[in-house]
Amino acid sequence: MEEVRLMKGNEALALAAIRYGCDGYFGYPITPQSEVLETLEQQMPWETTGMVVLQAESEVAAINMVYAGAACGKCVFTSSSSPGISLMQEGISYIAASELPALIINVMRGGPGLGTIHPSQADYFQATKGGGHGDYHLITLAPSSVQEMCDFVALGWDLAFKYRTPAIILADGIVGQMMEKVVLPPQRPRRTDEEVKKQCPWAATGKSNGKKHIVTSLELDSEKMEVNNERFQRTYREIEKYEKRYEAIDTEDCDYLIVAFGTVARICQKTVEMANEHGAKIGIIRPITLWPFPYEAIAEAAKHTKGILVVELNAGQMIEDVRLAVSDKNMPIKHYGRLGGIVPTPDEILDALTNELIND
Amino acid sequence: MKTEIIIAGFGGQGVLSMGKILAYSGLMEDKEVTWMPSYGPEQRGGTANVTVILSDERISSPILNSYDMVVVLNQQSLDKFQSKVKPGGILIYDNYGIHTPPTRTDIKVYCIEAMNATFELGNNKAFNMIVLGAMLKLNSIVTIESVVKALKKTLPERHHHMIPMNEEALRKGMSLIK
Repeated sequence: MEEVRLMKGNEALALAAIRYGCDGYFGYPITPQSEVLETLEQQMPWETTGMVVLQAESEVAAINMVYAGAACGKCVFTSSSSPGISLMQEGISYIAASELPALIINVMRGGPGLGTIHPSQADYFQATKGGGHGDYHLITLAPSSVQEMCDFVALGWDLAFKYRTPAIILADGIVGQMMEKVVLPPQRPRRTDEEVKKQCPWAATGKSNGKKHIVTSLELDSEKMEVNNERFQRTYREIEKYEKRYEAIDTEDCDYLIVAFGTVARICQKTVEMANEHGAKIGIIRPITLWPFPYEAIAEAAKHTKGILVVELNAGQMIEDVRLAVSDKNMPIKHYGRLGGIVPTPDEILDALTNELIND
Repeated sequence: MKTEIIIAGFGGQGVLSMGKILAYSGLMEDKEVTWMPSYGPEQRGGTANVTVILSDERISSPILNSYDMVVVLNQQSLDKFQSKVKPGGILIYDNYGIHTPPTRTDIKVYCIEAMNATFELGNNKAFNMIVLGAMLKLNSIVTIESVVKALKKTLPERHHHMIPMNEEALRKGMSLIK
């Protein structure tokens, strides 16, 4: 029997994690994602599944606790918002370099700096192009509904364990704070120690008669470090080959194309409904994985369009990937963005579409 | 059928929880629902607002240009949201503390004396349920039965004895619309 409930995106993240059979959460409160920790504390999963919930002394501590938990093969995660995620970047780079599965959640707020507490998508570069140092990538999932907040927890961990690399859920403050209907998955038991050893033969699981497992990102021999890097890159190529995800809405014979991710893609859907009344055919591509980015889907949808509008809660970040996707250099690719925590209304976007592309 | 509503007032007037109960009532009727709050410092004394969308179909944007129904509970909210009512739509306001009433003529404007009604009921905590009653009288978005079901679902059991009082407040609110 599926269970339909009404809840905030942040609450859905917490409940989905417990139900996935998560072993531990380590985090530090920050608006607009504090409900993740709050919900976990209310649920008290340590009394039911045995999951650990810990409010760390800082974001730096939290990400290093995630690093340690992941090194033991445990299913662990952290969540924060933009400034807190910046503090975690060193740890994230270490986790990637140690080839560990972990889940990080960023419910973005307006920056830079301490910024505002209102919704933003200005951490696109940070999530998809690095953030921390070194040649690494995070599998980046962008939810646009509370249901996807729930579903992407499981998807994030499934991919993280499959490829032994950290995944990040990159959500905007809107989808964290709003309530919608959610169908929660059934409760899965946490893995037993034996199951962890079987799934993660590389993990540091304590004394055994086998060989030592050392999890580290340090390799002072550059020849070996290059070999490590080449292995990371092979993994990234494989992820790029198999894990691109996107949603295409009415892109087959559209005159113009909108590319947007997260909640903004839904605001754009309303814009399209309005534009349809005026007879304009607009398609939408919503990248779901921001890395790996669905270049081919955008190239395909762009083939027959007269122009593309990229709408983001930032000054123009994903638009760089959209430009890379489109080979026709004469194709007008315009950007509409609101900054610092302001969210555009559907008619604002329609105005941008009309002024920048249709009437241009 | 889709109804797009915004409720705005002072933080502490029960704006967000009224929206939550409305959203839950929609859930009881198997509707698609979205509840989108203004969040942050305004919850602590400034103005707060919540968008509630109830629909038979999948809901696209939680951010809207204009609304079928706008409910404003203070002057600032009235000034801010009067222009956001769709032509032919409904504007409900509580007259308490309003010095500049709405001026639009292309919408249906209803002034309710919800604050006074709380004095008559002898319960100032019933304010938001009175307002919700008035809303439901004007647009039967959900039934009173669904609201009562929603209250049962959202209130902890120890507060269930307060449900009849809430139902009374809803009916009082309905009676304010003549």
